[in-house]
Amino acid sequence: MLALKNLARRPEFAAFVGTLFVFVFFGYFGWPTFTSALVTAGWLNVAAELGLIALPVALVMVAGHLDLSVGSILAAGAMTYAILTGHYDLPDYIGLPAGLGVGTFFGFLNGLIVTKTKLSSFIVTLAMLFALRGLVFGITRLTTSTVLVPVEVDPFVRETFGGRIWRTYENAIILWVIMALVVSWILYKTKFGNWVFSIGGDETSARAAGVPVERTTILLFMGSGFGSALLGVTQVALFGSAQVSAGQSYVFFSIIAVVVGGVLLTGGYGSPIGVIFGTMTFAIVSQGIYSTGWDSDWSSLILGVLLLIAVFTNNTFRRLALSSGDKKDESLSTARRTDPQTSPEPATTKEATVV
Amino acid sequence: MSDDRTPYISVENVSKVFGGYAALDDVSLEVHEGEVLCLLGDNGAGKSTLIKILSGFHQPSSGTMKIQGEERVFKSPRDASDLGISTVHQFGGTFELMSLDRSFFVGLEPTKGWGPFKWFDRKTANEIVVREMQALGITRVSDGNRLVGSLSGGERQVSAIARAVYFGAKVLILDEPTAALGVKEAAHVLRIIMEAKLRGLAVVLVTHNVTHAMTVGYHFAILIHGEKADDFAKGERTREEITDLMAGGEAMGELEAELARLVAAGTQPA
Ligand SMILES: Nc1ncnc2c1ncn2[C@@H]1O[C@H](COP(=O)(O)OP(=O)(O)O)[C@@H](O)[C@H]1O
Ligand SMILES: [Mg+2]
Repeated sequence: MLALKNLARRPEFAAFVGTLFVFVFFGYFGWPTFTSALVTAGWLNVAAELGLIALPVALVMVAGHLDLSVGSILAAGAMTYAILTGHYDLPDYIGLPAGLGVGTFFGFLNGLIVTKTKLSSFIVTLAMLFALRGLVFGITRLTTSTVLVPVEVDPFVRETFGGRIWRTYENAIILWVIMALVVSWILYKTKFGNWVFSIGGDETSARAAGVPVERTTILLFMGSGFGSALLGVTQVALFGSAQVSAGQSYVFFSIIAVVVGGVLLTGGYGSPIGVIFGTMTFAIVSQGIYSTGWDSDWSSLILGVLLLIAVFTNNTFRRLALSSGDKKDESLSTARRTDPQTSPEPATTKEATVV
Repeated sequence: MSDDRTPYISVENVSKVFGGYAALDDVSLEVHEGEVLCLLGDNGAGKSTLIKILSGFHQPSSGTMKIQGEERVFKSPRDASDLGISTVHQFGGTFELMSLDRSFFVGLEPTKGWGPFKWFDRKTANEIVVREMQALGITRVSDGNRLVGSLSGGERQVSAIARAVYFGAKVLILDEPTAALGVKEAAHVLRIIMEAKLRGLAVVLVTHNVTHAMTVGYHFAILIHGEKADDFAKGERTREEITDLMAGGEAMGELEAELARLVAAGTQPA
């Protein structure tokens, strides 16, 4: 019973319930197609691709920031790779790291501007979304005179990033799992993860406690820039071409997945596991709709409603988490082992019962 | 008031001007180890400004600070904490949504492992935070995994003090630690201040509450409009004189008359 109560207080619990709900919902209305291997692969592929962006964006949001520039960074990464290899015939071992590097660089620029100017990341990354989109269009047209650049992807890269398991499940699923492990390790297991929570909780106090706030914030934006570019090059490997307008929809998709995954918009709270569920919920709704025979436009309605419910639930869970103490004994226990007036020896030498 | 011993901190003729307004004007103070210095004053008197200078948040516009006799300039809170000065701001650590063990070790996490695979040792963190909290009388806390936001105001103050003490602070600066607390919790926090003093720490206690100040204070300084109006040791002033001063210098005469009337009416013990 207690274990169940503790489980219900975990940040990912509501996200899990959400995923379960949409799965059962589409399992019922989309019967029997929804549970087929093909449809399962369909939503898992969508979840995996979105997850590559949503997971690092979740870290940015736990630190209390937003990254709206992911759409243009995706295009910039993809286009860099495509132009270098497809247009200039450079080898993939130059084009691919260059694509990832460009994405990481613009993430760095986001972080640098946010920390130096103290402007809200909402505005800075919105500006980046537009400015970079213009830059990608301009440079692509100037160099290739087109907006769609075909690429003869190196077979190894194609198999690694664009391959499919049993011809259905994209290798992106494996990248997604690796990304999830890395992001979970960072957030839960490292000092850096603790700094992320503290910055999202209270930036001033974090700074006072000695957290390198600027460096941490910049690294977080570099992470979401890298994730966006990783999806960009993965899509080039999958489709054999890059398009200037690719990726714009991920701006909102990633925020929906992260919030439905239980991350508080105000920062300081959230979990990668929750975000995985949020991403799956998004993918199930957007793909499951095709199994129902309904018009696919309805999926937006469902996602919008789910997002509202999620924000409401997140706030409720936050309150619940904050009241997790037993409130029977509000006052301090004043039982003392030693009287401070008569015991000048440091308490660290006192025996302590660790429960 | 001066003393033969070298003070841990000595503030010499410090002023702080904010856009032409002097929040602090030529203030000198000494903070000694093993003593509680109470900083008293009305709202806007400059108490927080002085504390922010001591803790490295602000730099003085003029004047100097010496730590153990050596002149120092703090460029950041980190510089102050490196010299053993630890400040607990008004509501303690404010990482409400972090677990107690995580928040206790923010910026100073214990790690295990090697190279890039070092990890934050939550088990040790959890054990230490529970041990330190229990040693300061918070026996209700038996699991470092609970969220800071689920603790009472007093427990949060205690956890912030415990953190400072655990990391070897030499000076503990507390900005109104009892302001938001009930009677019992405030008494507990005051007892811990006494304990910190007995362990040899210097404590700077900012408070509005004269009773609290007189309970634990050894040395008192009163700020009025950014100037040090008075500076005295325990027993050198009566409660009435202190209350009177805190109400602001110019109200003094008026208050004196009023106090006299009250005493005459027998409602106030002489
Ligand atoms: N950062 C600042 N910028 C401008 N004025 C300030 C700043 N900090 C404090 N002040 C002013 O300095 C005066 C003293 O404030 P403060 O030190 O907070 O007083 P106290 O803590 O004693 O109530 C106030 O008039 C306040 O408005
Ligand atoms: Mg103040």
